[in-house]
Amino acid sequence: MPRDHKPKLAVWKFASCDGCQLSLLDCEDELLAVAGAIEIAYFPEATRSVVRGPYDVSLVEGSITTPHDAERIHQIRKSSKFLVTIGACATAGGIQALRNFKDVNSYVKAVYATPAYIETLEKSTPIADHVFVDFQLRGCPVNKYQLVEVLSAYLNGRKPNTPSYSVCVECKQRGTVCVMVAHGTPCLGPVTHAGCGALCPAYNRGCYGCFGPMETPNTAALGEWWRKLGVSAPDIVRAFRSFNAYADAFRKESEVYEHPNYQG
Amino acid sequence: MALPSSFPVSPPLIFERKDLQKLLEVLNAQGYRVIGPTVRDGAVIYDEVQSDHEFPVGWTDSQSAGTYRLEKSDSKALFAYTASPQSWKRFLHPPALTLWEAHRSNGTFQITAEDASPRYAFVGVRACELQAIAIQDKVFLYSEFMDPHYKARRENTFIVAVNCGRAGGTCFCVSMNTGPKASSGFDLALTEILEDERHYFVVEIGSEAGAEIMRELPHRPAGEGEIEAAERILAQTAASMGRELKTDDLKELLYRSYESPRWDDVARRCLTCGNCTLVCPTCFCTTVEDVTDLTGEQAQRVRKWDSCFTMDFSYIHGGSVRYSTKSRYRQWLTHKLATWIDQFGTSGCVGCGRCITWCPVGIDITEEVQAVRAGGGKTSKKGAKHENV
Repeated sequence: MPRDHKPKLAVWKFASCDGCQLSLLDCEDELLAVAGAIEIAYFPEATRSVVRGPYDVSLVEGSITTPHDAERIHQIRKSSKFLVTIGACATAGGIQALRNFKDVNSYVKAVYATPAYIETLEKSTPIADHVFVDFQLRGCPVNKYQLVEVLSAYLNGRKPNTPSYSVCVECKQRGTVCVMVAHGTPCLGPVTHAGCGALCPAYNRGCYGCFGPMETPNTAALGEWWRKLGVSAPDIVRAFRSFNAYADAFRKESEVYEHPNYQG
Repeated sequence: MALPSSFPVSPPLIFERKDLQKLLEVLNAQGYRVIGPTVRDGAVIYDEVQSDHEFPVGWTDSQSAGTYRLEKSDSKALFAYTASPQSWKRFLHPPALTLWEAHRSNGTFQITAEDASPRYAFVGVRACELQAIAIQDKVFLYSEFMDPHYKARRENTFIVAVNCGRAGGTCFCVSMNTGPKASSGFDLALTEILEDERHYFVVEIGSEAGAEIMRELPHRPAGEGEIEAAERILAQTAASMGRELKTDDLKELLYRSYESPRWDDVARRCLTCGNCTLVCPTCFCTTVEDVTDLTGEQAQRVRKWDSCFTMDFSYIHGGSVRYSTKSRYRQWLTHKLATWIDQFGTSGCVGCGRCITWCPVGIDITEEVQAVRAGGGKTSKKGAKHENV
């Protein structure tokens, strides 16, 4: 589409491992096309040069874990026309949201030599808990093709094709034999958001739920089936508590199996 | 090929097991890509085969709701397995198909159509699967809107059916009147027979194309004893179905059961993952995705399998029409077994049992119908008010 100027892109980091930002650099074949279509205005992982805002598109990686970051995200929102969160940290609080289930101060005391220097929030929370988010891209890490798809869709003024159905749909499209039905391998695929292309089942592993809950996740029914497959309650808690532990559906299901009244 | 025709029934022939490789070679020589059964990832799947060594010799399977296990025996049988994880649908109606591509140049754009239809020979098509193909023919070839992509694949396909020597744990073709014997829609139909030291096939020819292939292969007329042996095997299979579905009055039953409390019950178990629809050999729904590249110079229109269990499927302005699990399961089952009959003149179910085996939590369509039937089409406490969602 002809434009007066190339849209300005900024990539921001909060509490995260940088893996999702690196997915953008990992685009390799598409990277030149990205650079051709977009002005990379702020992206510390890639370049030291900084172009001042406001920005047309901001990609936000990471979760909010400190009072400072809780302020900073508002500044970023103010200087961004279109804000996209990328990855499980930004969309669900990430693996660091495991602390949300405990008292964070006990960790601070156990981990840091001088806890007094640490200023942290009680919970690790997704970006959308703090500011309005225009689009969320799931995954731990995000799928690079989906990331390019989101940018292409933005540039061409169309809706991105990032379906929110289960990973099972991707397995069946790919022709992968169901690992749960054919091997008895516990798999989170039926309750997990598509996007990875059903990677793990294609290598005979159950889905780990990296993309978080699908659109209508029946975690209760899947949990019961896992129990029939012989998975222990603590293992079910652990399965739901990984990269998307604090995503609503996964959090609630993990709490069921941890509840003192749980009998199973 | 193997489209419905009035090919005369010819007397059965005998074709020896040792000559099976020749069949594959003759098909290859005629330009077919042979797709047949082979063991992969703990299941008998359908994929390209070059040699009869790739067939699942001695492999069979045990199937129940939500469970499939391969089992090995000392038998030399090639076709002792039952329904595979996915049907032939993925070849005739592929999971993703690029319909066309467009390229922008000088302020205008050119469209190029994708039209490379492979020429397939399917070896090992079961009777229920023949019926499923016949049902998709109705949908794609003989309805108001003919699908050119399906047509191109379908017309090029050569079908070697294999009658079932065993019924699987979730099979119910007898209830649906679709098997276990292949009665039409094939070019060749085989019944595999192992007795004492002998291993052979009783062959029926279903089309001129089938007759032409047989002319290139060693064969002889079948004797009475051999024909009887084949009939005995089929009678045994028919008598050992893993499941049963009572079809009397089924359409009317489902039409008066919109408010059955069973829909709430199944909704508690259903994952809305879509597996049942994707493994179903007759489910045909698709979605269309438009894709552009970063520069906006290239665009593609891709057709992909869709499922009535997704939210997007019934999404219209303002939201999804069927947002509850209950409404989605009811829609799928009622369409499959009832409204399908009004729409296409046949049930949408062929009794292959895939939706039962491959449901990750073992929801069983025959059990659900039985439960709805037990309710007699009674309404839930909410009363008879029609509730869409």
